[in-house]
Amino acid sequence: MSTKPWFSNLKCRECGRLYEKEAIHICEFDFGPLEAAYDYDAIREVFTRELIESRPQTMWRYRELLPIDGEPTVGTQVGFTPLVKADRLAKALGIRELWIKNDSVNYPTLSFKDRVVSVALSRARELGFKVVACASTGNLANSVAANAANAGLKSYVLIPSNLEQGKVLGSLVYGTNVIGIKGPYDQVNRLCSEIAGKYGWGFVNVNLRPYYAEGSKTMGFEIAEQLGWKLPRHTVVCMASGSLLTKLHKAYKEFIDLDIVEKSDFSIHGAQASGCSPISTAFKAGTEMVKPVQNPDTIAKSLAIGTPADGYYAIRSMKETGGSCEDCTDEEIVEGIKLLAETTGIFAETAGGVTVACARKLIESGKIPSDESAVLCITGHGLKTQEAIIGKVGEPRVIGPSLREFEALVADEVGTKN
Amino acid sequence: MPIVRIPTPLRKLTNNLEEVTVSGATLGVVLDELNAAYPGLSERIVDENGVIRRFVNIFVNDEDVRFLQEKETPIQEADVVSIVPAIAGG
Repeated sequence: MSTKPWFSNLKCRECGRLYEKEAIHICEFDFGPLEAAYDYDAIREVFTRELIESRPQTMWRYRELLPIDGEPTVGTQVGFTPLVKADRLAKALGIRELWIKNDSVNYPTLSFKDRVVSVALSRARELGFKVVACASTGNLANSVAANAANAGLKSYVLIPSNLEQGKVLGSLVYGTNVIGIKGPYDQVNRLCSEIAGKYGWGFVNVNLRPYYAEGSKTMGFEIAEQLGWKLPRHTVVCMASGSLLTKLHKAYKEFIDLDIVEKSDFSIHGAQASGCSPISTAFKAGTEMVKPVQNPDTIAKSLAIGTPADGYYAIRSMKETGGSCEDCTDEEIVEGIKLLAETTGIFAETAGGVTVACARKLIESGKIPSDESAVLCITGHGLKTQEAIIGKVGEPRVIGPSLREFEALVADEVGTKN
Repeated sequence: MPIVRIPTPLRKLTNNLEEVTVSGATLGVVLDELNAAYPGLSERIVDENGVIRRFVNIFVNDEDVRFLQEKETPIQEADVVSIVPAIAGG
């Protein structure tokens, strides 16, 4: 692969001012987020379906559209998760065609966050950082811890102190420094922003955010490629900060602009938990002013961000693509997890339950027409949030090692011979 | 006097000071005073209509001023005002 500088600058999303490709994340003039900018003319000359298909099946097959200078050095095997046709779930939800983009089996830490961390830490190395860190609702912490361990970088992960056991252990095991903060994610984030200014660390979602965020695009690239180089008519994705939704939008647009896929209508829909739904609330009220939620209260802890940094842009993306937005209760989240598991064999974390539950509402209300096709993005694995469903999916029936006891148990369910 | 904590991207305007002290009975007055001491600072924080910019969060003693009275939020002598950029994450 060439190391031609496809990735040219950082650029303010608000005012368009250009910045050098450093560890900075906001515009000095209006605090707008900085975003990676590329030399699309140069990319267009080389970037083809054939080139992509000739490469290993990882997220780095779209390397020209990712913001690092050299070759990736962290997370080189991340991505290219399965896109699963979900006929039984389609029937249950009442839609003609349904696909699951299954990032619950992303490598190595079973969530889509491995995509963003792979980019952020590869870039962190290019920028010379020896210590990396993040604020996280769990999945990002797991991924930073694991990928930093593999890369030999020292890491600190800061999380709300009340996270699920699986998410805490899933960071501790890698030998990272886990710091639990007494308070919701937004306060963890605020602390991290102050720490990032004080210590010379690479904070993946603070001063490395422009690099980090771009990694999410690869989920969109993969969906399009796996559908046979076509954009999905509808995409449903859960929202915490709203970043992933905006990056799916960017990914689809980039593929159209670079003639990788034909232009076609696509709509992106957002899903939130009702216990923390600042984006959904604003969208439904018809405003772009996202009012922060002070005390998030939902079992979907990975989505419990009360002050979503990309909420404004997520609303713009949904509007621009004719998408819509829904939210769901804790009970609906659990039902969503169970329905997905029972019809597809995929065990999603609470955020996935949110996506399924909200997709159901969007289909029922006709916002996603039942004769069309949709992709649901499942972003993390259910083993990480077991607390949410313990006691809600039944218990094993325990018997002695006796054929008689077994037959008594199943007598009403099956015949004695088939 | 109240302490105002300056985020990294604005420290070029405060001679690299992380914290500055300014007086003022409300957040609005504090921001005006801040601008008098460090010209150019307030236009980064509020837009041309005087509204706190979309991507800026201001906290008074750890409380987001959007949950208080925005620029009318009263400021006491011992308060700490933090200016924090919005952050993505998850």
